[in-house]
Amino acid sequence: MKDYNFAYLDEATKRMIRRAILKAVAVPGYQVPFASREMPMPYGWGTGGVQVTAACLTPEDRLKVIDQGADDTTNAVSIRKFFQRTAGIDVTERTHEATIIQTRHRIPEAPLTEGQILVYQVPIPEPLRFLEPRETETRRMHALEEYGLMHVKLYEDIARNGEIATAYAYPVKVQGRYVMDPSPIPKFDNPKLSDCAALQLFGAGREQRIYALPPHTQVVSLDFDDHPFVAAKAPHACDLCGDAASYLDEVITDDAGGRMFVCSDTDHCATRRASGHAGRLGGSEGAAA
Amino acid sequence: MYVAVKGGEQAIDNAHAWLAESRRGDVAIPELSVAQIREQMALAVGRVMAEGSLYDADLAALAIKQARGDLIEAIFLIRAYRTTLPRFGASRPVDTGAMAAIRRISATYKDLPGGQVLGPTFDYTHRLLDFALAAEGAAESPAPQAAALGPVPRVTGFLDREGLIEPEPASDAPPPDLTREPLELPASRALRLQSLARGDEGFLLSLAYSSQRGFGRTHPFVGELRIGEVMVEVEIPELGLSVAIGAITLTECETVNQFTGSKTQPAQFTRGYGLVMGQSERKAIAMSLVDRALRWQELGEEDTGAPVQDQEFVLMHADNIQATGFLEHIKLPHYVDFQSELELVRRLRAGAAQEAAE
Repeated sequence: MKDYNFAYLDEATKRMIRRAILKAVAVPGYQVPFASREMPMPYGWGTGGVQVTAACLTPEDRLKVIDQGADDTTNAVSIRKFFQRTAGIDVTERTHEATIIQTRHRIPEAPLTEGQILVYQVPIPEPLRFLEPRETETRRMHALEEYGLMHVKLYEDIARNGEIATAYAYPVKVQGRYVMDPSPIPKFDNPKLSDCAALQLFGAGREQRIYALPPHTQVVSLDFDDHPFVAAKAPHACDLCGDAASYLDEVITDDAGGRMFVCSDTDHCATRRASGHAGRLGGSEGAAA
Repeated sequence: MYVAVKGGEQAIDNAHAWLAESRRGDVAIPELSVAQIREQMALAVGRVMAEGSLYDADLAALAIKQARGDLIEAIFLIRAYRTTLPRFGASRPVDTGAMAAIRRISATYKDLPGGQVLGPTFDYTHRLLDFALAAEGAAESPAPQAAALGPVPRVTGFLDREGLIEPEPASDAPPPDLTREPLELPASRALRLQSLARGDEGFLLSLAYSSQRGFGRTHPFVGELRIGEVMVEVEIPELGLSVAIGAITLTECETVNQFTGSKTQPAQFTRGYGLVMGQSERKAIAMSLVDRALRWQELGEEDTGAPVQDQEFVLMHADNIQATGFLEHIKLPHYVDFQSELELVRRLRAGAAQEAAE
């Protein structure tokens, strides 16, 4: 598309975003304000992630876009097409082939490698937002490292429910300093945030914030000594590829209570099936289509 | 077999094709031209330009056509297009005092220098459906030709001369730009006004209305409302002079509000200000009420806890593109998060059942 600059945004805007990214990398977990632009998709559809991806893309990159772990969900298809159209870059569904992965709500099952960038779409970057609605207050709390309110909230969860009742967007502490919202990934994915070989970037378009985890940053999910953090998932194996360790989606198959469990990460599942793994309901590519 | 999330790509293509067909409607009916929308839907075009923050009537009309008349969607198209435009510079401040007004009224005076000029207003129409408009092709009776007003004096200027209204000191400081810098709170008045100028008309209307009904009351009078064209001038450094590059239509509202004062300081009226691109007096009036309500602190008024007094509440929620995006995104898939909640609830329930059994 020659009517638009490479990857849609003009170069001055990309430079502004890159500066914000550099600052975010320099201060892991700190939310850097940036002058988020209106994008041709609505706020809430991933405008922050799209802007971060646009600022990082080079013509040599190979992009993978997932939503809920899957490459074929509507929003993932739409964003992938957007960059094919405006940047003309190569795309892939294979995690290990991608140089940049934009994601909504998941971290791929396959370990990421050095040189890869994982871009998260973030709706509410502020982990303290629902404890304190005012941005002026929460920025002060971060500045003073005043996180008592969060621990009280987690404690109240335990008092009321016997465990911490946060299943996704589970708060983490970055390199012993900033409490960070990992975006609404299931807490199953939280351990993958820490010591990750790839650069992890978080973009919140509507809220105008970028934050980052440089490679091999230490990320700890908040918990208590007597109530340690547990990464939870459905207690099943994938019905297609048989993996008992991957995060699963529950798919309703009929109106009589029938259901199956399948890997949320479609590439992970397809790769396993291609190499001969099979679950309860078979595993070959053909049977799954 | 496992088909629930497959076929996203084909589904999107089909949905877009259906959308295009629905947009066109019955092909036996002639298609609307962009020029027709620009000329005959001028107030919608004005709103799209104002909240899209881009003064281009043809693009706004195109956006309305493409959006099937959904104005927020049209505003969104304009905002997204605006993102891609290079910025060459900033104009000189426009002089609304020199406006060629087609409408100029004051509610605070029966008559005043320059006169009350109603212009093309709905104000005094009877809201009766005009079935003659349904019979297309009827020749319109031409309006009596009235030249736009030349520069007319400002009502606030009259009050200022007597010291009756708070002075507005002139400033040449470059204004902040919220399309280039993230909004930081607390925001200066200039930044607040900029945010309100592109804010959602409906949101500002309701906030202003709430202030009229007692939630942050400011007792406003419309000192003056004027609509018309102003020249846009750009300074060319190489030439050392400014050059007019065109004219834009603006709506300006200045309210005169209840006074402040104390034993040591004599009473003075205070100001609220609204300025909107295009012809949109509802928005301009609402904006001036909200602006005035947000100034409670500098004017030493009490915080009554009213939403309209809370600049974070007002400024963070005034943008309809941000609002509609976040609101509507909840229809996107969330099943991964839902799945994790499902597991949690089951686990909690199982735990509770076990406890009950013991």
